[in-house]
Amino acid sequence: MARIGVFVCHCGENIGATVDCARVAEACRKIPGVAHSVDYKYMCSDPGQTLIREAIAQNKLTGVVVAACSPRMHEPTFRRVCSESGLNPYLCEMANLREHCSWVHEKSDVTTDKAIDLVAMLVEKVKRNKPLHPIKVPVTKTALVLGGGISGIQAALDIANAGHKVILVERDPSIGGHMSQLSETFPTLDCSQCILTPRMVEVAQHPNITLYTYSELESLDGFIGNFKTRIRKKARSLDEKLCTGCGLCTTKCPNKKIPSEFNTGLGMRTAIYVPFPQAVPNKPVIDREHCTYYTKGRCRVCEKVCPTQAIRFDQEDQIVEHEVGAVVVATGFTVKETDFFPEYGYGKYKDVINGLQFERILSASGPTLGEVKRPSDGRVPETVVFIACAGSRDPAKGIEYCSKICCMYTAKHAMLYKHKVHHGQAYVFYMDIRAAGKMYDEFTRRAIEEDHVQYIRGRVSRIYERNGKLIVQGADTLLNAMPVEIEADLVVLATAGVANEGAEALAQKLHVSYDSHKFFVEAHPKLRPVETNTAGVFLAGACQSPKDIPESVGQASGTAAKVAALFSMDELTREPVVAVVNRTAPPLYSTCVGCFLCQSACPYQAIEREEIKNRNGQVVKTIAKVNPGLCQGCGTCVAFCRSKSIDLQGYTHEQVYAEVMELLS
Amino acid sequence: MSEFEPKIVAFVCNWCTYAGADLTGTSRIKYAPNVRIVRFPCTGRIDFMLLLKAFSQGADGIIVSGCHPNDCHYTSGNFHARRRWMAFRNLAEFMGIEVERIQFSWVSAAEGAKWADLVNSTVNRVRELGPYDAYRQMAASSWQ
Repeated sequence: MARIGVFVCHCGENIGATVDCARVAEACRKIPGVAHSVDYKYMCSDPGQTLIREAIAQNKLTGVVVAACSPRMHEPTFRRVCSESGLNPYLCEMANLREHCSWVHEKSDVTTDKAIDLVAMLVEKVKRNKPLHPIKVPVTKTALVLGGGISGIQAALDIANAGHKVILVERDPSIGGHMSQLSETFPTLDCSQCILTPRMVEVAQHPNITLYTYSELESLDGFIGNFKTRIRKKARSLDEKLCTGCGLCTTKCPNKKIPSEFNTGLGMRTAIYVPFPQAVPNKPVIDREHCTYYTKGRCRVCEKVCPTQAIRFDQEDQIVEHEVGAVVVATGFTVKETDFFPEYGYGKYKDVINGLQFERILSASGPTLGEVKRPSDGRVPETVVFIACAGSRDPAKGIEYCSKICCMYTAKHAMLYKHKVHHGQAYVFYMDIRAAGKMYDEFTRRAIEEDHVQYIRGRVSRIYERNGKLIVQGADTLLNAMPVEIEADLVVLATAGVANEGAEALAQKLHVSYDSHKFFVEAHPKLRPVETNTAGVFLAGACQSPKDIPESVGQASGTAAKVAALFSMDELTREPVVAVVNRTAPPLYSTCVGCFLCQSACPYQAIEREEIKNRNGQVVKTIAKVNPGLCQGCGTCVAFCRSKSIDLQGYTHEQVYAEVMELLS
Repeated sequence: MSEFEPKIVAFVCNWCTYAGADLTGTSRIKYAPNVRIVRFPCTGRIDFMLLLKAFSQGADGIIVSGCHPNDCHYTSGNFHARRRWMAFRNLAEFMGIEVERIQFSWVSAAEGAKWADLVNSTVNRVRELGPYDAYRQMAASSWQ
């Protein structure tokens, strides 16, 4: 027979002024199975908790209902009290008399009646509660970091410095990401590569970091603390151990007219190439799409000149497998190409470029070696027009959001242009200047006031070519929408930052959610910004939304702290609110018939197949089995199950039906 | 009949609507005391047989409410609930249950006022429909 204790809290006046708590306690005393029922002014206070502890001991209670505030507020408190008194914490439930009753209804008998109903409902539930035990799962203290841009680098270094193993996977032949392409960074104008490359080297040399470049995630299975990952190492066509990075092959390769990805198509590279001089690792890769040997079957010049015989034309993709405990997704973003804009010439004007291309033009290691020359004829542009919000904040373009970094980098571009071409004229068309950040607004003011960049508030409607000049037609909305026409030599579009191609497919491999723009979604927009809804998978950087460098680094360190906290434990404890498939005696074994509808319903791939064998080892039945490490306890499978063979601990059929029966009795 | 106070049972998810109803309380927004909230982890857990059970036990109206589409704490439980509701509604109509007595809705953790409106509008509608005993009569007659 159940011996339930009911503890009704007045919460001072909060409940006591509206609900007759003494009457609630008295009414509950009459419920069969209730062994003890009292009311008290503040149950959560020390004396209140002591009162519960003593009542559990004296009355040998088998369950507790605390009728007080929302369980979202104090359920952990009262479960702890029970646990300290030797009662399983999951034998404690809370009736919400404050948020759901006293605060929302007037003082009356009806309100007290409702309070009694709410408590009685939970009494019936708690009678059917079973002791549950937190699930313990081991933790593999290795992190998988996807993406070797600044976010991935920072996260990998922070986790590795905390003493944990890191596997860093980068899709491109070198780590560095977009930051390695930038010229100088706002608001300090320090050289991007100068601050980034030491960190890249640190990653390569760190004893705790295993680096896989030119590699991609093939699959991820498992659950928090216990993931299994397969990584595809794409064939570099090179024995990395033998290669010394001398670069002879890249200078001798006869195929020199391939647009360089690193230089955003403004420079050329060879078929066997290192993306940029400071690449990490500084080992070339053969681009099989363009290599003469792979396309025409002859050449092999690189093989002949290589002093260490490192070239391997027959190398194949390799799959490597690792067990990891956490995953950091830092796959970054990309920017829209100029061909996205029909009004700006569909990308057909060579001198209409995007911001990333202008970064390469400004960069000392870029195709023009840092001299500002326009792509079409190599002349120094006398007039440059910068267009902010190219695509961003434009629902007509399908990009409603602000790309966040463009205001700042446009100001930087205009400023750097003026520093390099003193007599040149820079114009910026903008919607608003969004320069929120430390030293950010001062930076844009400096562009306007010290470097005399002409800011025009308005949109550009059209760009067309006339006599070798680009005619930029726009309006100045601060001058009553006066039409503006500028003859420009170069136009730089601050194109929208968008999710990487393949972001959707990656999200599906990782089982993380993504928004309508294919950016990955955090677990809570304010309070859990680096976690995803999949436990053990974390986010860093611009794969979540466009971010600047300080923000990406900050988030990456935040993520690393989360991973380090996870790895500080040898075992994880999880709430035991998970689904279970029933088991019965032979010959039935379980009422589960193995239809696996639950498997299709489960958002976490937590349902596995279990073969039941007889004593001869023959399989007699295949039934569903819930992996408690993966199960998050949503219970969708329970509602799906036709034979009612699967149930959710803490919210069993027995419990919820008893609640409803009691409410309406 | 003028004294009729409907009994409404609300099946809500823990993460959105339960928290939304908590916010109604925190904001001290008053609503009709006819509703009793039963907490579930997710609307995906709600077995719609439970709705029939509630009607058979004397409920006059039912609210099922969870997270908005794409906001589900468990990614997709609310979509399963919606699909189940679409199927169940046809079944309920076929059985002769007045589907207006069932209110399927989404209330987020930030929509305290919406929860109060939802309860009040459901109570008012069910009050107009009158007490519900057709199911019990139906069950009784089929038993005989």
